[in-house]
Amino acid sequence: MSTKCLLWWIKMDLLNYKLHELTSLIRKKALSVKELCQFYMDRIEKYNSELNAVLTINPDILQTAENIDKNLNQYKDLPLLGIPILLKDVFCTKGIRTTAGSKILENFISPYSAEVVRRLEKAGAVILGKCNQDEFAMGNSNKNSAFGPVYNPWNKKYVPGGSSGGSAAAVAAGLCAASMGTDTGGSVRQPASFCNLVGVKPTYGRVSRYGMIAYASSLDQAGPMTMCVEDSALILESISGKDEKDSTSSIKEVPKWLHNCQSQNIKNMKIGFLNKEEANTSCSPEVVQSLEQVKTLLQSKGALVEDVSVPIMNMSVPVYYLISTSEASSNLARYDGVRYGYRSDFQNKKPDHLEEFYSQTRKEGFGSEVKRRIIMGTYCLSSGYYDEYYNKASQIRRIIRDHFVKIFSKYSLLIAPVSLSTAFSLEENPAGTLESYLIDSFTVSANLAGLPALSVPACFSSANQLPIGVQLIASHFDEQTLFNTALLIQEELKAVGKRPSYLV
Amino acid sequence: MEQNSQHANLRSEWKTVIGLEIHAQLLTKSKLFSPDPSHFVEKENEHIHFISLGLPGTLPVLNQKVLEYSTQVGLALNCHINGRSVFARKNYFYPDLPKGYQISQYEQPICENGYIEFECKGKRKKVRIQRVHIEEDAGRFHHRGHCSLVNFNRAGVPLVEIVSMPDMNSPAEAAEMVRSIRKILKYMKVCDGNLEEGSLRCDCNVSVQKISDNKLGTRTELKNLNSFKFIEKAIEYEVNRQIHILNEGHKVIQETRLYDSTKNKTFSLRSKEEASDYRYFPDPDLLPVSLSKQWIEEQRKQIPESFLQKADRFQKEYGLSPKESFLITEERSRADYFEKMLKTKASAQLSANWLINEVLARFNENRMDIDNCPVTPEQLGEMIKMIERKEISGKIGKKVFSEMWNTKKNPVEIIKKLGLKKISDPNILSSMVEEIINKFPKQVADYKNGKEKIFGFFIGEVMKISKGQADPEALNKMVKEKLNS
Repeated sequence: MSTKCLLWWIKMDLLNYKLHELTSLIRKKALSVKELCQFYMDRIEKYNSELNAVLTINPDILQTAENIDKNLNQYKDLPLLGIPILLKDVFCTKGIRTTAGSKILENFISPYSAEVVRRLEKAGAVILGKCNQDEFAMGNSNKNSAFGPVYNPWNKKYVPGGSSGGSAAAVAAGLCAASMGTDTGGSVRQPASFCNLVGVKPTYGRVSRYGMIAYASSLDQAGPMTMCVEDSALILESISGKDEKDSTSSIKEVPKWLHNCQSQNIKNMKIGFLNKEEANTSCSPEVVQSLEQVKTLLQSKGALVEDVSVPIMNMSVPVYYLISTSEASSNLARYDGVRYGYRSDFQNKKPDHLEEFYSQTRKEGFGSEVKRRIIMGTYCLSSGYYDEYYNKASQIRRIIRDHFVKIFSKYSLLIAPVSLSTAFSLEENPAGTLESYLIDSFTVSANLAGLPALSVPACFSSANQLPIGVQLIASHFDEQTLFNTALLIQEELKAVGKRPSYLV
Repeated sequence: MEQNSQHANLRSEWKTVIGLEIHAQLLTKSKLFSPDPSHFVEKENEHIHFISLGLPGTLPVLNQKVLEYSTQVGLALNCHINGRSVFARKNYFYPDLPKGYQISQYEQPICENGYIEFECKGKRKKVRIQRVHIEEDAGRFHHRGHCSLVNFNRAGVPLVEIVSMPDMNSPAEAAEMVRSIRKILKYMKVCDGNLEEGSLRCDCNVSVQKISDNKLGTRTELKNLNSFKFIEKAIEYEVNRQIHILNEGHKVIQETRLYDSTKNKTFSLRSKEEASDYRYFPDPDLLPVSLSKQWIEEQRKQIPESFLQKADRFQKEYGLSPKESFLITEERSRADYFEKMLKTKASAQLSANWLINEVLARFNENRMDIDNCPVTPEQLGEMIKMIERKEISGKIGKKVFSEMWNTKKNPVEIIKKLGLKKISDPNILSSMVEEIINKFPKQVADYKNGKEKIFGFFIGEVMKISKGQADPEALNKMVKEKLNS
């Protein structure tokens, strides 16, 4: 094949490369960073209007790409060399608007970049732009965005999941090589499941939260959303590790996840399957079936599979919503219109008093789900209710954590549904309903317990042809077991890597 | 008249109960949770790191120096230091509060259960300290005509809040308590203690109760007390107001009141019902603070001797009077100055006299601080030693001291330059005395006839011709000898 022909072939096939393959093409100068960025920008141009996944393009992207191309020798050993990445809009980016999906930060430009962004760039990645999301990461449908819903690339009548819905849809539609999401109660894993991606919520403390707009500080973790397991391992490796600017970040050493990543020899490995009956809700038959499929696979590879009872599971959703809304009510108090962000024009009348200044600005600036959660959290923390709600929830949270620690003294891995079903239609599960909160039933526990968890594509629904992922949960700081087992599932079940045909 | 005595009678049935909350800014280089400087700066919004402004995504990181300082404060106030303490968020909206919450400590403060002792009107008073906790300061909200402006330089400056038990029973005791706390903090060099500028602030909880009653009365909280005088006056006013209300058969409302120093009155700021529900909860951005016993002991070693210990020691070791020792230990810099004088081996009593009568007197005149005294303690000590060795008289000493103050030169140099050395050479003295005796034969005759009062006249005349340099003791002896011979 001639060089020209080879290049043409590579570019036609760019969507099928793993990240480390892309970096090696760039290293060999078979592909320039600028070409790769242009490739994704063209796709954004072509597909974003129908998906609404991307909110802002980095205005300096091509210049940055050119700079890397020009000084390739200097950068060529970087693990994410030239990889164009889209970020959920909660990651502050110096010079690029950061909205958190909210009107209240509609025109906010941060004077500094998040630590995750700094580390991605240090690893050679280029920030392509920012993704749509549920406002302040509150939601699981991406319908709660001030910039409109995101549509699932697999079927535009369906949601992509949330809150990292834009980040998920963008990767699935090939608008970037990979994206970053955040996961407070399932916001990386659930949209990953809905869009046929690998999504990781690392152990709490693995990744710095500095510069990540907070929803619920004790639960928030950033995580990659990628087309395959190896890509997630590579990105997570680049962003993990102690950051002096985040007191809750861990000093634990970061393993070479990608290098150590091999489809697990699981012979005699004890794997627990979460007893789904103990949740307050039930899963769709396709979800049950996907888990059976995984169970059969793991058993056939010699794993010792058992059902695991977590009787306190039915407490997870209420505990999650008490703690997350309490923290959110405080975290979102800073959006008051005094220093930055949206401020009401008070219909050109001067507000009579300070309370009016605040309430009018916040009433107009926040969406309804955010307001609902602020009110809920404010109530939970109020004097006379604190013990009954916030305090009680914190106590149960500790019990949940202890329970999981006990489980992991016996099992290497726990397998659970990601969500109750495949992606749901835009009309279903309106915000604020109990049903909409119960969607998080199987994901919130990992956040409450601080455990690492991963969503990996398992199969497609025979009913609506939408993807279904399964969730892998491991003990604290044991992301390696997640990657290795997920790689086995990737290789054996072969759902990973598939894209909607019209987008290929 | 009758009304007055009735009022006094009613007044004597009541007991005043006062508790204090004292906020002290710590003298750390950077702020409590962010790297920008914490010292005062004239220009607005100069020290405003992203963290101080509460920008989206920012996180607090605890300044370790604050842990050291606040632990030392707790230890100096005889507190128990909690091995584990927790930062909590105090939630309320105000334009000077960037995050919409203040990071403070609530259920688990760093220090608890201490006490402080001080002298008030000659009696030793002990006040229990309920807790000492760490928190961040807010910015400043200014109203300028039709607009309001915020300055965030102060936002995030570290504070310790010292909360006392309601153990004080008079305005004087309350003021003395604040003075003592201020002295302790300044001694430790953790706070500059400036009430007017607000680096030390004090809120007073005041209530009155019948002397026969054991139950505390309803309290009011007084704010905006930025001098010792105002603390006393505001409490005095508030006590009278409450007694008046209760005597009329009404009830005191629990509320926060602001002191207006120009009117010498307190005004209601907000009642308990209007007070915010602060919705305290542990700050999830900060880990609980763990302090080992060993670390706490290390902090104990950093604490300097307290002013009370120092005053006691000065009395015992140097034989100073209580009044002298309290004057000298009032400020740590004074005490340090005093002890540096003693290092030259100058006598303690003379050093104390000179420090109090000359140095401190001059400071009162010039509104200066001993830290920028032009005369070093070593120079003053040397001069005092010369007086002790009778090389110069006390009177000459004052002249030398003035010269030292003005020129910053050493005493030896000055004495040499001005020729002020004391004359005790018997030959020189003898010739001077002869000269005077010969000059005033009438007075000599008077003296010899029994008019002994005139003795001083001869001394004065010799002093005159010696330009004050004659050694008075030797001179006395010689004049007596010559007149009696």
